[in-house]
Amino acid sequence: MTASAVNMPRDPMALSCAGVAVRIGEKTLLADATVELAAGRVTAILGPNGAGKSTLLSVLAGQRAPTQGRVTLDGRPLEAHGMPALALRRALMPQESAVAFDFTAQEIVALGRYPHRRAPGRDEDAIVEEAMALTDVSALAGRVLNTLSGGEKSRAHMARALAQLWHSRPDGASRWLLLDEPTAALDLAHQHSAMRLLREWAGRGVGVVTVLHDLNLARRYADEVVVLGGDAGGPVQGPAAEVLQPALIERVWRTPCQPVTSADGTVQYLFG
Amino acid sequence: MSQRFSARAVLGGSALLLVAAIVLGAVSGAYAISLSQLWNVLTTLGQGADKSPEHLVFLNIRLPRLLLGVAAGAGLGMAGTLMQGLFRNPLADPGLVGISSGAALAAGVTIVLGASLWPSLPRTLGSWTLVLMAFGGGLCVTLLIYGLSRSEGGTRMALMLLAGIAVNALAGAGLGFLSVMATDEQLRSLQFWLLGSLGGARWSAVLLVAAAVLAACVAARSLAAPLNAIALGEAQAALLGVDVERIKRRAVVVTAVAVGAVTATTGIIGFIGLIAPHWVRMVAGPDHRVVLPASALLGAALVLCADTVARTAMAPAELPLGVLTAFIGVPMFLWMLRRFRGRI
Repeated sequence: MTASAVNMPRDPMALSCAGVAVRIGEKTLLADATVELAAGRVTAILGPNGAGKSTLLSVLAGQRAPTQGRVTLDGRPLEAHGMPALALRRALMPQESAVAFDFTAQEIVALGRYPHRRAPGRDEDAIVEEAMALTDVSALAGRVLNTLSGGEKSRAHMARALAQLWHSRPDGASRWLLLDEPTAALDLAHQHSAMRLLREWAGRGVGVVTVLHDLNLARRYADEVVVLGGDAGGPVQGPAAEVLQPALIERVWRTPCQPVTSADGTVQYLFG
Repeated sequence: MSQRFSARAVLGGSALLLVAAIVLGAVSGAYAISLSQLWNVLTTLGQGADKSPEHLVFLNIRLPRLLLGVAAGAGLGMAGTLMQGLFRNPLADPGLVGISSGAALAAGVTIVLGASLWPSLPRTLGSWTLVLMAFGGGLCVTLLIYGLSRSEGGTRMALMLLAGIAVNALAGAGLGFLSVMATDEQLRSLQFWLLGSLGGARWSAVLLVAAAVLAACVAARSLAAPLNAIALGEAQAALLGVDVERIKRRAVVVTAVAVGAVTATTGIIGFIGLIAPHWVRMVAGPDHRVVLPASALLGAALVLCADTVARTAMAPAELPLGVLTAFIGVPMFLWMLRRFRGRI
């Protein structure tokens, strides 16, 4: 899965990176990552703390330039697309985001429409309202974002990311929704409704790439997983059911793991 | 905080306040003009036949001063909003962080040393030299403060204010040094910078400042929407397609133009850039598309009201305008410090 991986992407519509490393001074945040992501699928990026999950996500978003290696979208280098063009088809929900001034939740969600302001649709206001309904923040629309709880804030930011990608692109270009631990601050019900929402969007052709800590959520909702921080040297990528074997989980997370089959047939894990 | 007014109501309200402040400023002063006389002057402006005293007072004394007040207030209110949006910080006032003092120091150097350092220039370019120097001083300070106080998640409020203290102290020392070297006439000009006044309103200078502030306001319009996105953080704004570096450069230059032009002519008028945007945000919310124009209107109204008080309260003596704005601004600043202390 590492350096031997082919440099030509299999799927020309894919978002992929080859041999990517990110270093700051002496510190290596991410080493030799080769990953290929397909639109229309949910891919979970997993790994222990400090394995480079957020770094990989920011490289894939074009937010951070890798120290070495390259990132391509549709077979072209990511930076060749240009940030304004990328903003029309790629959204990143940050893990933590401090907002300056007293913007309301609705104003923050509406900022997701910023890239489209040159060619606004007739339904801009409706998009914002519907995106808020999807993540269950309609009731918080008029509240100042900085006064909301952590989970409410992250649902508002998720609605902003959805609003940014609302319509499919007229040129048929793939859309990419990248999320950094979207479920970390959410209660149980919202964790599952958020993951079901991501599955729905993947069903409509959006490439969903999400950093997760909860292996059970990943196993239940992700098509593919990318596991960082293992002893393989680079990330291990593959279908969730194949990659998430107890042996690999125990090696990577150093925690005893016992698979159980839930009533609906999905394998889940008990730890410790 | 909870009750917000629509953009139209806020802009209309600020415009009405400004009109009221203009009328109040036009009629009051050492030579009182009644409202009917004012109407008479305004309706016969183009005809030139009537040379009544109120006509002369209005055209030669009141009107340039009113215009200078509008330009200064609008420039400072707008510049304060830009700085706060750029620094993502409601306490970034051009006066507090030292941009005004940087401009004043550069202007002071030009007044006192310009003639000996660069004998031909000040006479040929006149007030332009002063404005350009003040612009350069303001620009240097803005870049310095921004470079010092920015960090990953925005700017560090404490660093920003501390850097402002240092720059203000340096400018104070520099102006003090200049005042020792200055001739009596130059000394009177310097006094002016320290305290702020619209008393230097002569048509040539007024038109220059008004043109600079107008140009700055026009350039600032395209910055409003990107500044909203920058409130999410520079990284998130870049992901939304904002060319963050370009927006920052433009905001810094526009601020330096407005503050430089105003300070070169009026001296340091503090706190308008702090008070006007803050009051607007309290009634309109933080959307820069509303806060920018409304702060310009409200800033202009505030400066005119303060100047009218400065001219009339202790007549025939004139209070320095900067002293009056500080009397309103300092308590307000302390109250804001208390409110935001958790984030410093």
